Amino acid sequence: MKHFKKIAALLLSAMMLLTVAGCSTTGTTGAGTANADFKVGVIHIGDPADGSGYSYAHDLGIVAMQEELKLADSQVIRKINVDDSDAAATRTAIEECIEEGCTLIYGTSWGYMDTMEQMAAEYPDVMFSHGTGYKSNGTNFNNYFGRIYQARYLSGIAAGLKTTSNKIGYVAAMDVTNSEVTGGINAFAMGVESVNPNAKVYVKVTNSWFSPDLEKQAAEALLDLGCDVIAQHCDTTAPQLAAQARGAFGVGYNSDMTKDAPQAHLTAPVWNWGVYYTMTAKAVMEGTWDAANYFGGMDDGLVDISPLSDNCAPGTAEAIEAARAKIMDGSFKVFEGELYDNAGNKVCEAGQVISDADITGAMNWYYRNVIAE
Amino acid sequence: MINFLFAAIKAGTPLLFGTTGEIITEKTGNLNLGVEGMMFLGAFAGFFIGHHTGSVVLALLASFILGALGALIYAFLTVTLKANQTVSGLALTIFGAGFANFFGQIMIAAAEDGVPKLPETFMNRLAEKPIPVLGSIPYIGKLFFSHNILVYVGIIVALICWFYMKKTRAGLTMRSVGENPGAADAAGINVTLVKYMNILLGGGICGMGGAYISLVNGGGVWNNNCVNGQGWIAVALVIFANWSPAKALLGSLVFGAFSVLQFYAPKDIIAIPNAFYVMLPYLITAIVLVFSSIKKSKEHSQPAGCSINYFREER
Repeated sequence: MKHFKKIAALLLSAMMLLTVAGCSTTGTTGAGTANADFKVGVIHIGDPADGSGYSYAHDLGIVAMQEELKLADSQVIRKINVDDSDAAATRTAIEECIEEGCTLIYGTSWGYMDTMEQMAAEYPDVMFSHGTGYKSNGTNFNNYFGRIYQARYLSGIAAGLKTTSNKIGYVAAMDVTNSEVTGGINAFAMGVESVNPNAKVYVKVTNSWFSPDLEKQAAEALLDLGCDVIAQHCDTTAPQLAAQARGAFGVGYNSDMTKDAPQAHLTAPVWNWGVYYTMTAKAVMEGTWDAANYFGGMDDGLVDISPLSDNCAPGTAEAIEAARAKIMDGSFKVFEGELYDNAGNKVCEAGQVISDADITGAMNWYYRNVIAE
Repeated sequence: MINFLFAAIKAGTPLLFGTTGEIITEKTGNLNLGVEGMMFLGAFAGFFIGHHTGSVVLALLASFILGALGALIYAFLTVTLKANQTVSGLALTIFGAGFANFFGQIMIAAAEDGVPKLPETFMNRLAEKPIPVLGSIPYIGKLFFSHNILVYVGIIVALICWFYMKKTRAGLTMRSVGENPGAADAAGINVTLVKYMNILLGGGICGMGGAYISLVNGGGVWNNNCVNGQGWIAVALVIFANWSPAKALLGSLVFGAFSVLQFYAPKDIIAIPNAFYVMLPYLITAIVLVFSSIKKSKEHSQPAGCSINYFREER
């Protein structure tokens, strides 16, 4: 009996090992490219295979870069589910990339920034490019981000034209103190106001970037308030699905959520990270990269909205086109004064424009048609 | 207010399943911390079967079976091999989450557009609709008789479990094993069999809680990591409910209410940071623990034999 137990335990552990071994996937195509030695490392906070959301959007960009530059699969090394609040894990993931020969490392989440900055000093021959932050050392470490608020403004137009109750809900991952989220809400609210001055934007905060349950509950609370369009700045499709279940409409984020909620989704602000990844990877390969910080907008093609779905109100495409043209030629800036917050204070003088650094780093007020209760 | 309570009941239902399942498990003398894992297993099984067959009954059955299979691993480790219960339960949690995400990933890769969906007829069966006559009563109709069908399943399961534990012979046997397996053994009860049966039953019910999350909360689309810590709240809720499925009904309503309170509380009246709402359920659990340890009621406390493996030779 004693032996049986030992054997059983052994068998169980062997089985588990086999399961683990079965999980690794391979997918290498033949090399034979001009820069066969060039390798790119990518540090993801989530798993791109989830099919939508943040890491997925970044990885689409990586794949686009890979195709554009004709890199083999073995030349792109991905580290997934790297916790960005864990500096040791971040360092290990990056070191693994360097050991495998990567000369360019992308870190896609905010929390990798400080670790990457330190490592850039330790490994002067490796280029480090970090997303959504602000630091740069001018030689081998920079940051990249973009004016997603331009796309949010356009998506606000779609929402403003669609609503009939004049109540639009917004499921936000973080509260007013997070300026990345808050700036996005304000841009969206301005887009709404530009076509529908009577509509209000109601904000509910989940305090979590990823939580299908909280996001659904927040969306339902907004629907209970009478909102008939639900926008979001959080990672899952739950708000769109909640809107669809109640016959309401929605504006997604990060990826085209029309495929998830075909009867509800209008459009979504999306990132085309491929624009940046292709540009920098090419520059690094050719040795011309200057490690300057990058802040792209709609004119670079870095941000846009996903194709408008059939759920959009008539005239949406025309209104958005008009606004887009003005943003593209620079005659219109989203955050141009006079601007008032929802407590009635003037936050931007007429003729002035709030800087990108302030929009993503120091915006802690809601626009006048935003209600956060 | 009605909307708030309505949302609270919905938010509490997966917790109710998980808590009921864990109460059964603990009352038979085994602390299974793998609730989260079993919920993950059930969430995946329910969605997978629902996705492919379009049958609500089969989906629920599958979630029960896979949840019970997860519990079987745990039971084999702790009852037969006498492994440490805490460690085995934690292992089950990690295993269940990994299992669901791994196969969920495969499901995503195989689905059209990368979005695995439940059939529309399936979602219609799970839609919130008022029960005829009862549902049209003002307020009460909306609050109690307009839910999706799984909410009622959850309440019925909890009531049946309460009846089973408190009113049947088998329930008495099970509780005696949990309190003092040695005495139960001496009385001619097959301790191993009773433990296995109840751990499996509890695991199956936890699995159904997972199915509620993937089928109803998911809105018809698979999300990796969908359980997202609710299994752990269920473990805390067991303490809150004093190991009684009937009190679990109230407890899950309270915890459900806390989880949606932040979205319904009028912020201009009570300006409390959101983090406070997130903390509330655990704070209440701690307070309940304090009170129940002062009261020291034998009936409403953790079974004496809980988390201690039974060695016949050491009796």
